Amino acid sequence: MTNAIEMRAVEKSFGNVRIIQDLNLTVAKGERHAIIGPNGAGKSTTFNLISGHITPTSGAINLNGESIGGLRPFEINRRGLSRSFQVTNVFAKMTVWENIRCAVLWATGHRYAFWKNVDNLPEVRRRTAEILEDIHLTHRRDVPAGLLTYAEQRELEIGITIAGGANVIMLDEPTAGMSNTETDRAVALIRRLTEGRTLVIVEHDMSVVFGLADRISVLVYGNIIASGTPEEIRGNPKVKEAYLGEEDH
Amino acid sequence: MTELTSRAPSPTGSAPARNIGFYAAWGLFILAVILLPLIFRSGGSHTTFSLIGIAAIFALSYNILLGQTGLLSFGHAVYYGLGGFLAVHGMNAIAAHGLPVPLPFVPLIGGFAGLVFAVVIGWVSTQRAGTVFAMISLGIGELVASSSLILRSFFGGEAGITTNRTDLPALFGFNFGPQIQVYYLIGFWLVLSAIAMYALTRTPLGRMCNAVRDNPERVQFIGYDPHVIRYLSFCFAGFFAGIAGALAAINFEIANAAYLGAVQSGIVLFATFIGGISYFFGPILGAVVVTMLQLELSDITTVWQLYFGIIFIGIVMFAPGGLASLLMMHRPLVRAGTLPMVLPAYLVAIVPTILFACGVILTIEVLAAYSQGTAASSTIRLFRIPFEAANPMTWLAAAVLTIGGFFVARMTWRGVTAAWDRAMMAARERGYHA
Repeated sequence: MTNAIEMRAVEKSFGNVRIIQDLNLTVAKGERHAIIGPNGAGKSTTFNLISGHITPTSGAINLNGESIGGLRPFEINRRGLSRSFQVTNVFAKMTVWENIRCAVLWATGHRYAFWKNVDNLPEVRRRTAEILEDIHLTHRRDVPAGLLTYAEQRELEIGITIAGGANVIMLDEPTAGMSNTETDRAVALIRRLTEGRTLVIVEHDMSVVFGLADRISVLVYGNIIASGTPEEIRGNPKVKEAYLGEEDH
Repeated sequence: MTELTSRAPSPTGSAPARNIGFYAAWGLFILAVILLPLIFRSGGSHTTFSLIGIAAIFALSYNILLGQTGLLSFGHAVYYGLGGFLAVHGMNAIAAHGLPVPLPFVPLIGGFAGLVFAVVIGWVSTQRAGTVFAMISLGIGELVASSSLILRSFFGGEAGITTNRTDLPALFGFNFGPQIQVYYLIGFWLVLSAIAMYALTRTPLGRMCNAVRDNPERVQFIGYDPHVIRYLSFCFAGFFAGIAGALAAINFEIANAAYLGAVQSGIVLFATFIGGISYFFGPILGAVVVTMLQLELSDITTVWQLYFGIIFIGIVMFAPGGLASLLMMHRPLVRAGTLPMVLPAYLVAIVPTILFACGVILTIEVLAAYSQGTAASSTIRLFRIPFEAANPMTWLAAAVLTIGGFFVARMTWRGVTAAWDRAMMAARERGYHA
């Protein structure tokens, strides 16, 4: 069986500064995979490399067995990978409804159509309504996204990410800045919405990571030092030393 | 007309139910286009309406870029101008070869000319938005404007290229000699173009233009190439600008270098921004106001461009959403019935505001008279009251009105703000938010 994501010997340098070196990461299909690591370890860079936001200097990146290294973000998205952002990244002046609808349009095959009335596309309307229901924002559908509360914007962010129906979902710190109740709600949401899909998540909250992930990879200084089940990672001395140990201080 | 971000349709309903207001607004618009020249019958007003119609199509086309897609162009007149020149050449060719093409179809020549040039130029210039796009548009504008003076055989140099619209075959007995017939030709294309451009905003592409405007980065991660979206938007803007240019060529029976220059590009930016870029009908309002200002103000004062600039700066500073936003911000009050709560404050504020404006106008006119060396003999008429520019009493009046008016106006506008807050609060309590 091919893996959902496979990174082999990926390297990224900005000028002389090598921020990712010899990165090897494998995410199996249907797996919930968390990437953890101290600040500045290169977690977001790894996300940006996979999603095409930045291109790798060298190495191979495969999505469902197909090489995606060097492709543009929208080309990668069309191949079935969708990501969210650490800093909320929505269409601020458009309504919640329109935010989700925009994320549905390409996947439903309407592309750049300028000869169809967007309000008369039943499939688009149905899916948009479904997603809104899923992320509990139906009652806020006509509110401009920029006026939502922070937690609502984070939920919208997740909604936009999953709306296209991609089979690989990448979430970059989805619960950052949330209260405990909001976090619990968000985790339940993520668990439900990524059912049957592959999930890659970057998260600082260890309770979220250990509660959600099937496998965990630990990234330190642009290098994966360990990859395994939550139990394996907990017991790994290298990880304790490099990362988890920090929390004892 | 309807607002840009119209209410999303109900997910359960079979078809989106448009409210009556939406159709009423379009009906009123079309009725106004048809009836205005019948109410104001002078030749002068027919000319004015014709110019407004052309400016409205041009400004709407500009707003496809600015308001819908977030692209600030300093060279939109290129497509207007090239549309105009191609239309003139087309009309001359039709007349010379006796082709069976009546005048009402000529705007299509302009439209396709604008489209073709936008297709060619746009691919490079829409690679990036923001400053890069603005600078490229400025550069291309200069390039085309200067080549219009070099390529004389096509552009006719300083004099331009003339044509005669009545040489084309008549349609239903109309030869489009009289201004009123030309007006209705323009009005027909205005209604058609406005409907087409509005429909464009309601398509998947139109919605994605808004998404690119709000957040081009995110668009890439939902499957879209923002460059392609900007490019398509640019092509549509070029097409409708070309239609406007062709109508101008039909109206004036000439196309010259002024059509595609920086001044023309600037005016369409002014009109669109003054009218308001966040509502579809904003640019139409802007076209009306700016065309009227251009025509009327230049008759009244020699320094009309100065007033034009002041108005523009005032809008940018105090009402960045333009006239359309000023109007639409009253909508929740009208719906909730709390508008009467602010009207008295408006009435109080308007008096010192007008006095302040009079002071500023007097000051400007006195200074203008002195700088032009005509102070001794010039009389400034303000609301039919004559003021001698050289009379110290006039200077005193100007100073008192400006300074006194400013302070009193500022006080009364605080009253407006307070009344506004109360009215808005009451509207919210009644359940009307926006």
